[in-house]
Amino acid sequence: MTQSIAVQDLSVWFGRHQVLKNVSLYAKPKEVTALIGPSGCGKTTLLRCINRLHDLYSNATIHGKIMVGTENILGVNIDPVELRRRVGMIFQKPNPFPHLSIFENVAAGLRLHGLACGRAAAERVEACLRKAALWEEVKDSLDRPGIMLSGGQQQRLCIARALAIEPAVFLMDEPCASLDPVSTMRIEELIKELREDYTVIIVTHNMQQAARISQQTAFVLNGELVEAGPTAEMFIAAKDDRTEAYLTGQMG
Amino acid sequence: MASKKLRKATGYLLEFACLLSALLVMLTLCLILYYIFRRGIAAVNIPFLTSLPTPVGEPGGGIGNALIGSAIMVGIGSLLAIPFGILAAIYLDQNPKSKLAAATRFANRVLTGIPSLIIGLFVFTVLVLRTGNYSALAGGIALAVMMIPIITLSAEEMLRLVPNSWREASLALGASKKQTVLMLVLPAATGGLVVGIMLAVALAAGQTAPVLLTALTSRFWLENLQQPAASLPVLIYTYASSPFPDWQEQAWGAALVLVTTILALNVAAQLFIAVRNRRL
Repeated sequence: MTQSIAVQDLSVWFGRHQVLKNVSLYAKPKEVTALIGPSGCGKTTLLRCINRLHDLYSNATIHGKIMVGTENILGVNIDPVELRRRVGMIFQKPNPFPHLSIFENVAAGLRLHGLACGRAAAERVEACLRKAALWEEVKDSLDRPGIMLSGGQQQRLCIARALAIEPAVFLMDEPCASLDPVSTMRIEELIKELREDYTVIIVTHNMQQAARISQQTAFVLNGELVEAGPTAEMFIAAKDDRTEAYLTGQMG
Repeated sequence: MASKKLRKATGYLLEFACLLSALLVMLTLCLILYYIFRRGIAAVNIPFLTSLPTPVGEPGGGIGNALIGSAIMVGIGSLLAIPFGILAAIYLDQNPKSKLAAATRFANRVLTGIPSLIIGLFVFTVLVLRTGNYSALAGGIALAVMMIPIITLSAEEMLRLVPNSWREASLALGASKKQTVLMLVLPAATGGLVVGIMLAVALAAGQTAPVLLTALTSRFWLENLQQPAASLPVLIYTYASSPFPDWQEQAWGAALVLVTTILALNVAAQLFIAVRNRRL
């Protein structure tokens, strides 16, 4: 079951530098929410708070709430390791495990959490590779290293890897930034399919991409959420002048 | 135009200097190998490798006990140094900015710079004088003290080469830090780790002073680790500096055995890495 994500009054500091200021955002289940804004505005930080990757870097201070479903995942009783199992993340640069084969990359999460082995694992790997639209290309070379694939294929492999452990929500940090237009289209198709089952939040620098795949768009500027709303409305008539300026290329 | 010509000329000159230096390094190694091989090959045969030394003037005699002594002491050194070194490197990699990490790095760098003679004297004072006897165990410990900083420093470099993006992939999949180290970082860095370990083993196998001061030497088979033990470097040192031609010839033979073993270990490590990478 997918779950909604509700960010409430989130503020983040790295050392003394505040990178997010009282950000609130609601991402509906089975919708794609696009985070847009100039580089360094805090989009990625916001995304990485949702699976608590920032916990790894000790100088981060985080205030506020992030509700995934009905649970505040910033709460003290939340184990970030367990949380990350439920929050799938796709990174800007495809990062398949370098020492594992295509098959083992997808099976890694299954093995890690003891979800399936043997025949069941093989079936799950195939299902995930099919869902990630990669199966036809790799079914005869499952034993080859994951990093031998092209960039676009690697990114789809990473999506299959994340799918395998059935997360509740999907976070994507500019998943197409290092891909060519053809690969980008394939990933976008995939995101549209993922939407049917998952809550997706995607960071993108590509305004057309946000328009094509998202139902909601949120514009972040200098750590503040300027506005968020249905993508179709925002691209036609932004409420805030700064959003308008950004969307029309007069800023950033 | 003149300046362009000059620039080109400087470029060629620099390129030539680099090439020459590279060749010189190669040539030095080849010359050493050639000399050791030419002088040593006559002495090397099966009995030479498997029998005890004989007194001066008596024909025959070999380096069997030194070979075993060296193997055992380097073995003890490796058994102690490899786990300590790798575990310390994992600590440094996981807590790169902690004060203890900075202190450990500093200590390791200082340790690599301490002459092996001093390390030998240290182990001699703490172990040999206390227990009252020279022993293979003390020799192994002295070698471990030499190996630990080399393994730690090289292993830390190798672990740090595993990019953050891979580690985050593992963590984002719900792996704990411990699982990430065991299932991703160590396997991804294995090649580099092996190279660092080989470097330390090769260095330890050739050490003379620490072994001489702690295990002394022996003309008999090693029966337990509490006894003094013979080793190849000490044997080479003793034989080569003796006035007897047959001992001198055996020193060359022993040198050939030592160098070939180290070379073979290095080649084996390279093969291991190559096979491992191909299988992936």
